[in-house]
This record gives sequence, C-alpha cells and structure tokens, in this order.
Amino acid sequence: MPEHASTGQHGSPAREVGAFLRRRAEQISQRWADEPLFRTVFTVSRDEAVEAGRIVVDALAQVADTDQVHDPDAAGFTVVREQLSRMGAARSRAGFTTAQVSNDVDALRPPVENLLVADLPDEPTELVRDCTTALTVLMGTMRLVVLETALSEGQALIERQRLQLMEVATPVIKLWDGIVAVPLIGTLDSARSQVVMETLLEAVVDQHARFAILDITGVPTVDSLVAQHLMKTVAAARLMGAECVVSGIRPAIAQTIVQLGLDLGTVITRASLADALAYALHELGADIINATPGGAGHR
Amino acid sequence: METAAGVDACLPIRSDMDLVWVRQHVRQAAGLLGFGLVEQTKLVTAASELARNTLVHGGGGRMETAGLTNGHTRGLRLTFSDEGPGIPDLERALGDGYTSGDGLGMGLGGARRLVHEFAVDSTPGVGTKVTVVSWADRSPRPRGEF
Repeated sequence: MPEHASTGQHGSPAREVGAFLRRRAEQISQRWADEPLFRTVFTVSRDEAVEAGRIVVDALAQVADTDQVHDPDAAGFTVVREQLSRMGAARSRAGFTTAQVSNDVDALRPPVENLLVADLPDEPTELVRDCTTALTVLMGTMRLVVLETALSEGQALIERQRLQLMEVATPVIKLWDGIVAVPLIGTLDSARSQVVMETLLEAVVDQHARFAILDITGVPTVDSLVAQHLMKTVAAARLMGAECVVSGIRPAIAQTIVQLGLDLGTVITRASLADALAYALHELGADIINATPGGAGHR
Repeated sequence: METAAGVDACLPIRSDMDLVWVRQHVRQAAGLLGFGLVEQTKLVTAASELARNTLVHGGGGRMETAGLTNGHTRGLRLTFSDEGPGIPDLERALGDGYTSGDGLGMGLGGARRLVHEFAVDSTPGVGTKVTVVSWADRSPRPRGEF
C-alpha cells in the first residue's frame, strides 16, 4: 500500500499499529471485555472475555505485521473469524440482527483508537494520522470478516432448513385393512402435491386400499390451487378403485371454501380423521360398536 | 388514516417460495390487527389467489400491505401489482370458471367474495393492480351468508 509507505525511522503505519497492539494487548482486551459483544457473550467470567479479547488482539497484530490490514483473507483473520463469529453467532441466536452484531463489532474500535492516540503523544501528526487510518482500516476489515461469516452461516442455515423441509415427507399410514391415510402438512405447492399423489396411488395399489383418507388438518390455507390438487388426487384414486375421503376441514377453512366458490360436492368430506375412519369402516362393513351398553355406537 | 406498526410492508412475488411468505405475512398482519380466525383465513386465501395471479399471469410483481384505521375498526389493505400483459376482458376474468391458464378459474372472482373491498386496475400491455381491503370486525355481507 503506497499511502502507508514507511516514514523515517519507523516501520510502516500498519507495522506501527501491530507493535502498538502487542504493547497494549492487555489494556485493549480489558476494555473490550466491557463492550457489549464480549460482555453479553461471556456472562460467566470476565477473565474469559479478556482472554478471548487477547486472542483477537494478537491475531490483529499479526495481520498488521504483514501489512495486510485491508485484506479479509489475511492469515491472521482466521483466528479472528473463529473467535468473533462464535460471539456473533451467540448474539444472533439471542435475536440480534446482523446489523446489530456489526455495530457491536464497530464498538470495539473507539477504545483502541483512543489508546493509540494516547500512545503516540510525541510523534509527528502525520504519523499519528497514518497509524489511525491503518487501525481504522484494520478494524473495518475485521468487521467485514465478521459480517461475511454471519452471512455465510445464514446461507448454511437456509440450506440445512431446505433439506429438512424435503425430509418432511408425506407418509401413507395404513389405518385398517383396506384403509390408508395421508396426513397433509404445510404448503401444497405443485411439486409436493405431485409427491403426495404418487405416494398415495402407490399405497392404494400396494395395500389394496378401498379407502384413502386425505387429512388436511395441517394445511393452513386451502385456495383454488390446493383444492384443484386435492380433486385431481381424488379423481386419480377413484380411477384406481379407491374412494377418497377428505378430512380435517376446520370451520374457517370450510367457510372460505364456500365463499371462494369451490365445489367439493363430488368429494366425500368429514370434519375429523376419526369421522373419516368411522365412515370408511362402516362402508367396509366393519362398524365399531362400543362395548358398554348405552355407548354412542358408530357415527 | 393511521397505519399500524409491523403491518406495512412490500413483499416481492417472484417464485412459489414468495407465495408462502405472502401468506405468512398477511396472516401475521391480520392477527396483529385483531382479525378473527375466519376473516384471517379468508384474507390469507384471497391473498394466496391474488399473489398466484400476479406470479402466473403477471409474470411476477409485488404485494404491498398497509394497516388502516376507520374509527375503531382496523383493516388491512393489500395491493398486488405487476407489469404483465394485463387482463383483456375484466368482466369475464371476474366471472367464475374463466381461466387463461389451467387453473379452476376461481381466483379473481373468488378472491373478490372473500374480502370487503375489491378493485382491479388493469391496462393491457402495461400491467395489473388489484387492491383489496378487509376490516377486522365488520360483517362482510348481509346477514344470512357466512
């Protein structure tokens, strides 16, 4: 970096900063221990916070020594990444946004800057200014490193959650000889409803099912597309010789379906899975009778 | 008219994933404004239909939500806009069973029945803007219907 060229008997401003960081490591880490980023993460012991701060200061000094204050890929930042991203992650888990974590990291700069200026009282103004600039760049790069880590962690989280969502498969449950049920959960977009239809039809064949119950208790919104998917599934199952029963229609959903103008008249529907099972059993000639006299009997 | 905090937003509608977000935001906003479960479900369903129209027919766009206050009644306004081909025959599009895609053709007309106020502004070749308003505690229709 030409603007940080060596001045007189001193090393480059970055190296000056490196030397300063080593000299004042104890004081800096003491002051950092009182900043929100350290204080809120190391709640048990202040010594731990000071220790973590020391590691970060040492790493920063190492970066400054190599004149790479502007380079987020500098070797020393690996340690910074480990230390600060752990703290940043703890803050994120506590519900802080990336911007807030970034501000937390930025709050680490003023104490160091004050110490630096106080440390160079007899030096020429120019050198002090250059050193301050180098320090600011260094701290800015550190902030970038932390943000980078936070963002890539967010990406990794999204990727994990996406995979988790894929695993929320739609199991086909055999309730009785000839009766299978599919509990539908979440959004029935085209891709997932296709999977539902295929697994259901396969189960109908495998289990020689005469009745297939589609339970939509876990479907938050039934709009015309969802209804269309349901009706297609019902029609396909019917072609294979199985009667479909749609259950789990909540009152709010029922009213919405009616006002939306959807005609589910061709589909057998029941309020709950239990009702649907009772209906299917009854149709199969396997009524459930309560053993106690005066019981409710089948529905 | 005042607006309520945590309700006003502008959400992009670019993919199926965004539709999930739209539904969740509308559900949450309606909940914040004190909508009952039935009104909430109706508005979310209407939003789902309209957002899908924006995506499928309008080629993507956005939904803006705004909280409304009218006396003691609080409401939610949803504006769906796109820069798509527009709706050539609005009367027909609002009728049931008409579709330009392969859907059921209940989206626009159905959504109109699910909300209290409904307005379409569509210019062929320029785009479409659908604005709907629902109020938290006002019966939507004359008595006798839901």
